[in-house]
Amino acid sequence: MNSLKLKTLLASVALAASGMAAAQNSLLNVSYDVAREFYKDYNTAFVAHYKKTTGQDIKIDQSHAGSSAQARAVNDGLAADVVTMNTTTDVQFLADNGVVAKDWAKKFPNDASPTTSTMLFLVRNGNPKNIKDWEDLIKPGVQVIVVNPKTGGNGRYAYLAAWGAVREKGGTEAQAAEFVGKLYKNVPVLAKGGRDATATFLQRNQGDVLITFESEVVSINREFGAGKVDAIYPSVSVVAENPVAVVERTVAKKGTAQLAKAYLDYLYSEEAQEIAAKHAIRPRSEAVLKKYAGTFKPLKQFTVAKYFGSLTEAQKVHFNDGGQFDKLYTPGAK
Amino acid sequence: MNRNKSAKRVLPGFGLTLGYTLFYLSIIVLIPLSALVFKTFTLTWEQFWAAISAPRVLASYRLTFGASFLAALVNLVFGLLIAWVLVRYKFPGKKIVDALVDLPFALPTAVAGISLTALLAGNGWVGQYLEPLGIQLAFKPAGIVIALIFIGLPFVVRTVQPVLEDSEKELEEAATCLGATRWQTFTKVILPSITPALLTGFAMAFARAVGEYGSVIFIAGNMPMVSEITPLIIIGKLEQYDYAGATAVAVVMLIISFILLLVINALQAWQRRKS
Repeated sequence: MNSLKLKTLLASVALAASGMAAAQNSLLNVSYDVAREFYKDYNTAFVAHYKKTTGQDIKIDQSHAGSSAQARAVNDGLAADVVTMNTTTDVQFLADNGVVAKDWAKKFPNDASPTTSTMLFLVRNGNPKNIKDWEDLIKPGVQVIVVNPKTGGNGRYAYLAAWGAVREKGGTEAQAAEFVGKLYKNVPVLAKGGRDATATFLQRNQGDVLITFESEVVSINREFGAGKVDAIYPSVSVVAENPVAVVERTVAKKGTAQLAKAYLDYLYSEEAQEIAAKHAIRPRSEAVLKKYAGTFKPLKQFTVAKYFGSLTEAQKVHFNDGGQFDKLYTPGAK
Repeated sequence: MNRNKSAKRVLPGFGLTLGYTLFYLSIIVLIPLSALVFKTFTLTWEQFWAAISAPRVLASYRLTFGASFLAALVNLVFGLLIAWVLVRYKFPGKKIVDALVDLPFALPTAVAGISLTALLAGNGWVGQYLEPLGIQLAFKPAGIVIALIFIGLPFVVRTVQPVLEDSEKELEEAATCLGATRWQTFTKVILPSITPALLTGFAMAFARAVGEYGSVIFIAGNMPMVSEITPLIIIGKLEQYDYAGATAVAVVMLIISFILLLVINALQAWQRRKS
């Protein structure tokens, strides 16, 4: 090893050591894929806010990937101070393993979900197949792109939204099952995750309609230019909560409990709610919601709890192997 | 092992090197794999069987091993062809072609998957001409085979190439002088000497394809019973936090792959003895 390399090595070791010393002033937020842009803006706002109120400089790191992959990483030892997910099952999994508090949902307002989203349809410009509501998705010849509920939270919500839409209109469980079965018969490609679905729909030009999170619509307009797709608001859809929690295991070790709590508390502030709204994530604040009425067109929403008990129960009944989804959807089986 | 033999060894310290080899292999290969097996012990035998024999999972084994076999077979033929051209002919840009062969080694497989999908989808460069003819490759099992051919290509080329380079041209000339036709020279002289290398390349391409994930999920369409590969089933189980179920399926893949590699090894040994 030459001396230059040695010096670099020593320097990086020293840096790592100083990083450990400063750990109390740094926070790792482990989050899901599509929240990357939102948390980038939010972190800037929070760092400024924290400096103003306490005079301390802090640093926030973020990590993004599929929501449940992230939950598994945290469970396996990734030293996150806070988790901000897009499905409650992912946080519940951590609670069951003692990584976050058992009563995590009661630690912050609105069941510890400062923001929500909902499932919408995206259709090609001008809506050539004239898709208006859920019933249109099961018409013959309509191809629906959707995420595999086995591999993505986005897909689970799409499924639950379709199921609940039938129930919300007075249908029985059996009618809901029949409808969802027909809907998935119109699915030519099961995407692995939300971004994969978007790419399949827009870049590969597959399908007539994409079912995805409302927040994805804004990213699509930004990435592909506005006007390539139209967002269709069905008459009714599901509330998708974005739960947050302090990772007790890490903050106890690092002494960042207060900072972590302040970080999540601030998500409920008007400023943070407005940042969320700009990223098409539905704010809980009524005032901000009203201000951004153009982004969040009114639609009737139902909670997962109303028809499925909770996401954890829905997971058991519908998505686990041998569950309702497996029964309804086996295209190759004769 | 007699003393005479050990005296002939070039490098000293057989005990040390063997010990190190076993230690290293244990840390890198055996311990992770045994962790895999231990994780499945949380399942009862019935649960284990249910996890690995569900119709969806069975369909995925058929697809994964079938598509991998097909892809390795294609690579066997065309890999040999490429190796032959690279060894026996001089042409401008040969160095570049030689380097191109290694590209699938270096490329992140997800990138390969995404570019192949972009190419073969209905609006892609290639797909737009094939789809009107009724040939759909992307989001079909055919797409999976293509992705696996892509990532497996270098294996056959790189194992056969050095053997071809070493083979003596004089032997072929002698065969020709003795009145052999081209086909006879190929099947009786060249092929026997490269068969073990071909089989090795085939085995490696096959093994690589069985474990492939990144390049396949983008092009497969991921339809249960039709185009869902076993690695995707494993990921699906992990997403349900079903660690034990995921490892159960992984263990099955491990066992099947191991048996197949053993068979190919045995074939190779048999070939060597024959020649």
